[in-house]
Amino acid sequence: MKKTVLLVLALLLVLSGQAFAADTIKLGFVIPMTGDIPKVGEASKFAAEMLREEINAKGGLDVGGKKYKLEFVFEDNEAKPESAVNAMLKVIERDQVLAVVGPQSSKQAVPAGGVANDNETPMISPWSTNPDTTKGRPWVFRAAFLDPFQAPVVTNFATKQFNAKKAAVLFDISNDYSKGLAEFFKADWEKKHGAGSVVGMESHGTKDQDFSAQLTKVIAAKPDFIFLPENYNIVALIVKQARDLGYKGPFMGSDAWGSAELMDLCGKECVGQYFSTHYAAAGATGATKEFIDKYNNKYGYIPDDVAALTWDATRLVLQAVQSVGKVDTDVRKMRKAVRDAMVNIKSFDGITGKMSFDENRDPIKCAVVVKISEKGEFTFAESVCPN
Amino acid sequence: MEIFIQNLFNALQWGSFYALIALGYTLVYGVLLLINFAHGDIFMVGAYIAFFVSSLLLGDLLGVFALPGWAALALTIPLTMLLTAGVGVTLERIAYRPLRRKGAHRLYVVITALMCGLVLENGNLALLGASRRKLPDMVDKVVYTFGSVSVTNLKVWVIIAAFLVFFLLQFIVTRTRIGMAMRAVSWDKFALPLMGIPLDSIIVFTFVLGSGFAGLAGLLFAMSYPILDPYMGAMVGWKAFIAAVVGGIGDIRGAFIGGFLLAFIEIMVAAFLPSTFRDLFAFSILLMILWQRPTGLFGVAKTTKI
Repeated sequence: MKKTVLLVLALLLVLSGQAFAADTIKLGFVIPMTGDIPKVGEASKFAAEMLREEINAKGGLDVGGKKYKLEFVFEDNEAKPESAVNAMLKVIERDQVLAVVGPQSSKQAVPAGGVANDNETPMISPWSTNPDTTKGRPWVFRAAFLDPFQAPVVTNFATKQFNAKKAAVLFDISNDYSKGLAEFFKADWEKKHGAGSVVGMESHGTKDQDFSAQLTKVIAAKPDFIFLPENYNIVALIVKQARDLGYKGPFMGSDAWGSAELMDLCGKECVGQYFSTHYAAAGATGATKEFIDKYNNKYGYIPDDVAALTWDATRLVLQAVQSVGKVDTDVRKMRKAVRDAMVNIKSFDGITGKMSFDENRDPIKCAVVVKISEKGEFTFAESVCPN
Repeated sequence: MEIFIQNLFNALQWGSFYALIALGYTLVYGVLLLINFAHGDIFMVGAYIAFFVSSLLLGDLLGVFALPGWAALALTIPLTMLLTAGVGVTLERIAYRPLRRKGAHRLYVVITALMCGLVLENGNLALLGASRRKLPDMVDKVVYTFGSVSVTNLKVWVIIAAFLVFFLLQFIVTRTRIGMAMRAVSWDKFALPLMGIPLDSIIVFTFVLGSGFAGLAGLLFAMSYPILDPYMGAMVGWKAFIAAVVGGIGDIRGAFIGGFLLAFIEIMVAAFLPSTFRDLFAFSILLMILWQRPTGLFGVAKTTKI
């Protein structure tokens, strides 16, 4: 019995070694295909598949004059931190990938970043905006702007647009992203409008469905608008319940609203609200429009920001691989080379805008504020760039 | 004061769902002494059935029918209850009855119930995918505002429905012949057939009642909180079960009061203290109630439970 197991293991080792020795470049994707935000996982996978098919159709990725076929491994992180850690280990150890794209939300990207760093595998999170994801982790990169940048975007826009003096926040306490952004926003708002100008700061848990108590409290404080740094599935519930409780004022959202599924779930109650995000699909031009059209033709709906960022993040990794100039058969050496190449990318022209990278491997790029139109499209309202 | 009244309505609505689900737990326990842990997931299935039935009737699905909203709702209510009752009875037939026939200890049946719940959750996930669904709007929402207190028409219906179901069940169990038979099952399962009472039919009837009202709860829940996902029943189901235990499981009044009590504590803690303390306070209070009355508010001491 033992012998058979050993034999099988040895065989597997040989096979996996051979799989790598073939002319392929393997990337891992740790994305939420089930769980709270399955649409995010779907969009990431669709965007990545589209890129892979495009490159493989041309014979593969050109590295130092030789074509390498791309192979993407998709692992589900169930939108849970602990599953993200397992999925990371799985693609790093079992699949021996060169680099990992994902996880998407900070809730999974923060713990997963630790795994990538400890295992010396380059990781790039397309969508995570919490500073902790990359902080002090030389192997971890990202393609999205940071929450300390997003918070003032929201503050300034709401101050101007709603003529707001008093703000209220409702956030998910067990979600790093939501909690972090809520705190950055509170600090920034109170800096600009004086202490006590955030009249309501309420939290809830991830699995909660009823927010009536928190909303009653928030609405009684009479804020000029309510800021919701929440995932799109919860947004639909909160907005509806706030309206049921007689709240008539505006809401302002953050980039986690921007899923293609938001309007299916929220419907007319979200029309007219604003949120800050990474790109505006309606009215895009150039390479961005090309991407949107291709995606829309292939999958039948307008890609959301996660799809666009995944596209950018994956291209960034591939560009780094190309700049290494050769593919080393030793995965560990190759990972190191890819990381160094990624650090050396000083600026990148993505479909979510131009980005340059600072010493923390975080991009410096513009944010946009979009308005949800009658037709459910996210239309451009304002663009905010860092200084 | 107005905030308090507003929160009272919030608690009444939220409690209605706990109460409706807790009633299903308590019915089955009262008759079979079985904790039907799949009940929260039957509630979830009810919400999904409501989604498909209403989409079908409104013409969003297949496009065969295109009924106006009120007619669709009037048909969705009985259809959802009927189909969900079917799911409950099916579970009883394929999972619980064979074990009962073989004389398995109740513990094994409880574990089977837990597994059935997980099968329903993950079966749904496999069948329908992880994407959320939104129940279509069947009736227009009306918000009534008194001062700063706002109540929707739906909220009022939910509360009325919970009370009606409670009175109906109380009537059936205490005033009718079949109710008497249900109580008799829990007294002595073995003497019952000797009296000429069909045991299996009574048990099936219990599951029809419990699951049917879980279906109603699912429909009303989906109308109030219109985002459906396969795990929506788990947390609500557990909490409703705890509510039923605190009320005194096996007693209909207990489940009803327990459901509202839990919701009232949850909402009030979230309303007047930081909302992170909600579950901590809610369950500490319930724990204290159980210290004082281990059999729950309306419960009667029995030698064995589970």
